[in-house]
Amino acid sequence: MALSYTVESPSPGFNFENSTRNVVFEALLNEGKSKAPSPLKTGTTIAGVVCKDGVVLGADTRATSSEVVADKMCAKIHHIAPNIYCCGAGTAADTKQMTDLLASNLSIFTMNSGRNPRVVMAMQILQDMLFRYRGQIGANLILGGVDCTGNHLYTVGPYGDMDKVQYLAMGSGDLAAMGILEDGFKPSMELESAKKLVRDAIHSGIMSDLGSGNNIDICVITRQGVDYIRPYEESAYKDK
Amino acid sequence: MAASVAVAGAQHLSSVSDLVPDWARQEVSTGTTIMAVEFDGGVVIGADSRTTTGAYIANRVTDKLTPIHDRIFCCRSGSAADTQAIADAVTYQLGFHSIELDEPPLVRTAANLFKEMCYRYREELMAGIIVAGWDKRRGGQVYTVPMGGMLVRQPVSVGGSGSSYVYGFVDSNYRSGMSKEECLRFVAEALTLAMERDGSSGGVARLAVITEEGLERRVILGNELPKSTI
Repeated sequence: MALSYTVESPSPGFNFENSTRNVVFEALLNEGKSKAPSPLKTGTTIAGVVCKDGVVLGADTRATSSEVVADKMCAKIHHIAPNIYCCGAGTAADTKQMTDLLASNLSIFTMNSGRNPRVVMAMQILQDMLFRYRGQIGANLILGGVDCTGNHLYTVGPYGDMDKVQYLAMGSGDLAAMGILEDGFKPSMELESAKKLVRDAIHSGIMSDLGSGNNIDICVITRQGVDYIRPYEESAYKDK
Repeated sequence: MAASVAVAGAQHLSSVSDLVPDWARQEVSTGTTIMAVEFDGGVVIGADSRTTTGAYIANRVTDKLTPIHDRIFCCRSGSAADTQAIADAVTYQLGFHSIELDEPPLVRTAANLFKEMCYRYREELMAGIIVAGWDKRRGGQVYTVPMGGMLVRQPVSVGGSGSSYVYGFVDSNYRSGMSKEECLRFVAEALTLAMERDGSSGGVARLAVITEEGLERRVILGNELPKSTI
């Protein structure tokens, strides 16, 4: 390629050039009987509950790369806006990128309009972006927050489908966590009971799922503010 | 509208030892039963409430009856993401059209908008939609837009995976000229039968009645569904 004196700025958005390379790579490696390194996935348990005074989000803190724990203190509850937080399960890079993009978009909106962002706006932006990429972005997100219209909890899947719910669990440990939530959830719970319920749900995910583990993070969002407790509970098997 | 970044074969980068089970990687579908019936003065629409990701029920209280305009609803079946996106797009287009006309839109217009999108992108989309509502020109109408993008008006229409089990019931029990209450009972019974037999349908039965006066929504919980003799 000819030398050029102008700076070539990278095209915006996601770049899927590596996808073709990876497919070829995997084919070559399999003939040599070795495995391609897999992307860092947060095999995860995340959960959220809407309670009387706000929204409680919880997550474990283990990030895995196949069988190895790559990060023991991974932060899966991402800040979107002062009143909106998002838990992410799926491919770690994808969830981080999506939540960062969303946070930037919403802060620009706030500065432009002078209004606080609403949870439904965050959900629309995520849904729109994920639908456009047709499932290529492996992000399973639980979006929770408190705004002028109330306390809200949404889930957005990698294909761009969304659900508005009162309680929810996602990730590889979601079956275990969902069992606890289905049993213990009541509408308009007190904050302390909601925190305990989310903690129990994440704990059961950690116990029953290999991809989840280490500590439990809790994020409590109310009209008064946010209490991001990291860690809420440390693992019993921590190094001394 | 459809993104063109998809690279064939790149969708499953790490296929072998994943800690995410198979069903969590499948697309979320509203494997469903949806139904709509016309009566003199309006329509009755109904749907089950189950959304599945493979064998896991992702949401057991889904609302598949989506408002498109004040007196026009759509019942969604197929891929949850695709139908939500289509419904959002049509809601915008119809709202814009209605403001331009300064009149409530026709149900046929809404149905045509759905058909345009479903037919144009038929290869990329998986969506079976029933559009139903009331307008001043033709009263209560039901239009069905199945996968592939056909558009046809029918007095009664069923859709979704559970519909296969109730074609016989619907064909033999439908009579023209039913009242609103009879239609409600008819839809509730058909949904119950479908939910009993179809694994991808279940939960609660959501019903709605759309007339000139307005909208009336009902929910029939699982234990309140009409009992069958078996």
